[in-house]
Amino acid sequence: MTAVAEVMDYAEVVERFDPVLGLEVHVELNTKTKMFCGCANEFGGEPNTHVCPTCLGLPGALPVLNGKGVEGAIRIGLALNCEIAEWCRFARKNYFYPDMPKNFQTSQYDEPIAVNGYLDVTLDDGEVVRVEIERAHMEEDTGKSLHVGGATGRIHGAEHSLLDYNRAGVPLIEIVTKPIVGMGSRAPEVARAYVTALRDLLRALDVSDVRMDQGSLRCDANVSLMPKGTTEFGTRTETKNVNSFRSVERAVRYEMTRQAAVLVAGGKVTQETRHFQESDGTTSPGRTKETAEDYRYFPEPDLVPIAPSREWVEELRGTLPEMPAARRKRIQTEWNLSAEELRDLFNSGAVELVEATVAEGAKPNEARSWWVNFLAQEANARETEITALPITPAQVARVAALVDSGELTNKLAREVVKGVLAGEGEPDEVVEKRGLKVVSDDSALLAAVDEALAAQPDIADKIRGGKVQAAGAIVGAVMKATKGQADAKRVRELIIERVGA
Amino acid sequence: MPNISRDEVAHLAKLARLAVTDDELNVFAGQLDQILDAVAKVSEVAADDVPPTSHAVPLTNVFREDVVRPGLTQQQALAGAPAAEEGRFRVPRILGEEQ
Amino acid sequence: MTDLTRLPAAELAEKIHAREVSSAEVTQAHLDRIGEVDDHVHAFLTVDAEGALAAARAVDSALAGGQAPASPIAGVPLALKDVLTTRGLPTTCGSKTLENWIPPYDATVTRKLREAGVPILGKTNMDEFAMGSSTENSAFGPTHNPWDHARIPGGSGGGSAASLAAFEAPLAIGTDTGGSIRQPGAVTGTVGVKPTYGGVSRYGLVAFSSSLDQAGPCARTVLDAALLHEVIAGHDPLDSTSIDATVPPVVAAAREGMRGDLKGVKVGVVKEFSGEGYQAGVQRSFENAVDQLRALGAEVVEVSCPNFVYALPAYYLIAPSEASSNLARFDAMRYGLRVADDGSHSAEEVMSLTREAGFGPEVKRRIMLGTYALSSGYYDAYYGSAQKVRTLVKRDFDAAFEKVDVLVSPTTPTTAFKIGERVDDPMAMYLADLCTIPANLAGNAAMSVPSGLSDEDGLPVGLQIMAPALADDRLYRVGAAYEVARGSIIDRVPELKGVSA
Ligand SMILES: [Mg+2]
Ligand SMILES: [Zn+2]
Repeated sequence: MTAVAEVMDYAEVVERFDPVLGLEVHVELNTKTKMFCGCANEFGGEPNTHVCPTCLGLPGALPVLNGKGVEGAIRIGLALNCEIAEWCRFARKNYFYPDMPKNFQTSQYDEPIAVNGYLDVTLDDGEVVRVEIERAHMEEDTGKSLHVGGATGRIHGAEHSLLDYNRAGVPLIEIVTKPIVGMGSRAPEVARAYVTALRDLLRALDVSDVRMDQGSLRCDANVSLMPKGTTEFGTRTETKNVNSFRSVERAVRYEMTRQAAVLVAGGKVTQETRHFQESDGTTSPGRTKETAEDYRYFPEPDLVPIAPSREWVEELRGTLPEMPAARRKRIQTEWNLSAEELRDLFNSGAVELVEATVAEGAKPNEARSWWVNFLAQEANARETEITALPITPAQVARVAALVDSGELTNKLAREVVKGVLAGEGEPDEVVEKRGLKVVSDDSALLAAVDEALAAQPDIADKIRGGKVQAAGAIVGAVMKATKGQADAKRVRELIIERVGA
Repeated sequence: MPNISRDEVAHLAKLARLAVTDDELNVFAGQLDQILDAVAKVSEVAADDVPPTSHAVPLTNVFREDVVRPGLTQQQALAGAPAAEEGRFRVPRILGEEQ
Repeated sequence: MTDLTRLPAAELAEKIHAREVSSAEVTQAHLDRIGEVDDHVHAFLTVDAEGALAAARAVDSALAGGQAPASPIAGVPLALKDVLTTRGLPTTCGSKTLENWIPPYDATVTRKLREAGVPILGKTNMDEFAMGSSTENSAFGPTHNPWDHARIPGGSGGGSAASLAAFEAPLAIGTDTGGSIRQPGAVTGTVGVKPTYGGVSRYGLVAFSSSLDQAGPCARTVLDAALLHEVIAGHDPLDSTSIDATVPPVVAAAREGMRGDLKGVKVGVVKEFSGEGYQAGVQRSFENAVDQLRALGAEVVEVSCPNFVYALPAYYLIAPSEASSNLARFDAMRYGLRVADDGSHSAEEVMSLTREAGFGPEVKRRIMLGTYALSSGYYDAYYGSAQKVRTLVKRDFDAAFEKVDVLVSPTTPTTAFKIGERVDDPMAMYLADLCTIPANLAGNAAMSVPSGLSDEDGLPVGLQIMAPALADDRLYRVGAAYEVARGSIIDRVPELKGVSA
């Protein structure tokens, strides 16, 4: 039995303490091969089929560094506004663990490839926070263990374990922030927003699959508290491998409430690693600092130093895409969006689609409205990604153009889009097949107007008496009669004309 | 000057995953002490202004193309394993935690 | 058939290529000799008669088919130190830990030998994981010096050197981390060369100390060593520390040296490697060798390398440190020995118990020494200082090679000592490598060539020749000239006692 941890009410925590955060993110690069050998870097696969003497740590095997891995590290460093080292090395981090074939991790240590950068992070309300980056360094991933015989496949209670080294040696970049201070009650949100922003950045760089659920993006959160008014950092805990953006926020928040309770009760926070429980949002203790390993780092003699030439670094700088933060800013200005509209646009996951639709000639507002409102709902209803909908930006732009020219009403346009989604062809074909063109023949409309006026003579009188807004009822009747295929504006004009005549 | 105790030797053995015997602890404590005494001589000339040398030959930037090379089959990988199960290396239960 | 085992490799190659004798006959003659004498010498841990004869027959049939020899030593059999991986053939490194390990891959040196048509007779005995200077640290029993069976054949490559002196093989491969090719060469009256670090691939060489290990040729003549050197040397993309440059013309240099003229060559005598601690007979042999070099036309000067005296202590910090990390992979999880896996022990306990059972005392001693030197709080004083000494030793070499072409010294301070004499005194044992270690620390090339027999005990003495990195050819020119002038001593090996000829 473990005692249920005491926690403090969050409002009280932030009233009494300032939280200090430190975030360590590990990202698996999407290179074709592993960091130090030519084995395929692929997720999944039959166990122990992407292995060779090097990544299995067989006696005599040697590492050779993947140039693409270094390139990825430099591009990440540049995207994070870091300085790229003129000269750096790998070291060996020595500790025994069965999932690590050599019983040392080949990792950069005191000579990382990228240092001193920052990432601007936008919070939910549009406020931008700058998170300082301490370093980004290269290392390798471990294998995976499967625990057999335990109650839940977990390590505790297992009878034995089974090891698969397909993941051993996969390139990792570890990105470490400087202490993040002064965030107050927003610290958990900042943590989530940082990891999210980092994900977006890495995705834009196309250096990783950045899937937290598959472990290609992993976050360890360091949290400590200092009493308000003091400046000396408290003892921190490190919560390991938090598996979703939401969990990052929950884990930080939980640690703040737990540590505050400990401190207020006169206790001391233990320096330790902790594990986050997805199920109830709590953390539980792991290894304490007293039992922490002495890693006995020393320069890796099997690899030679890396001295990226400034020409290479500048060449790589030239390959950087527009960074997400800059892009947000540009889109907001260009399309004149409020912070809320911008947030909705980015949350929809359809920014690229909207941009492409605009590029096809649609007005930004219309393109955005189609994707963020109508098509996002369609995707939702179909339980699919918006990017997977069977409609192209060009098709959406064509529909928008038909509306613009008055050939379709908004209502008809939605029918056309539904037709395209249903696989009925290009927008013009759908219009044709479904007979959705706006009725623009005045004589046909006049007949319907006359009929509606005759049916509601009292309203006709009101209009005649100057209450022009009463025309709405007649418009509605005409629209109904023409099954929505009339141009409402033209109908209104005709009604006024008729009544006034 | 080093004066390495039995406890220190025990700690080193633990770090190095060696289940040494009591007898070995005594012998190694004496021998390590003697050796460390002799090798401590390096500090006589290791001045601050002398840079360390980690690699005998000064090479830099040795990179490999990011091209898949054939490795081992699962059978080859497991051929030398003390125990295997379901295509994986079978090991006794693991007590420690990942780092 | 005995005379075939007495011929130098160069002559055997000529006869095989001229089809005067088949490679199969030569190989069989050596297998027979191994069968006759190896019970007494114990140079081999594994003999692969079938594999060697198959390789020999392949050479014979290629030659019979009119093909050119695959290399200048095609068909000449060889003894391979059991620290280089051989696909399908056990590779034990002289350790119980790897007693039953059969590598799934060939070391680059092994592959080059196979491609060169060199039949591999078997794997030779060595100090466990190459840690030692006497081959007494082999888990499979010591090798005996063919000159006196009560004495050590040097180490760690005592098996390779003894196989040459016992006429069990005309060629052998050794590895030299602190003198493990040269010191056995010296005490068995054979030739051993440590090439420039990076000159021969380390891929598949089971690492002892990665920044020092280097495989090299062992033979009974300088020319034979040169022929083997050219076969195994060259750039290897699988070893990051392999030098991408053409192999120095060592065979041409040996042939030039054999003409017996060293005019224009400047030889430096290392002042620090003489005096107290040097056996009188060794000292006299060395002085005679220096006179001989002078007689051959070389200009001889005395050179001071003041930091060489710090090389031995630096080595006994660097090598154990790297070894403590390199040998961590022997953990009973993926290959090799496993003990105590009875369901009652955890993985951690099985690791510790297996390493305790699988490693001999010298290996454990060095692992603990290295663990200590790298641990926090001691790193700077020990490992860090040792790496600085390395810089100083390099500077001494650089300064010396500004003045002279090669440096000379005795290879080892004494002749072969008695088996058992130094096993309980590690420091006394370590002194055997006093003169050889500087070249390992600096990475340059060095050779031991027989300089006759010590007058007080009739045992072989070696002359060490050292050249700058990538100037391996200088060793061969000077070594061959000296060898010819000095005359062979190998024929003075006593016929093995208790062995019928
Ligand atoms: Mg790390
Ligand atoms: Zn691999």
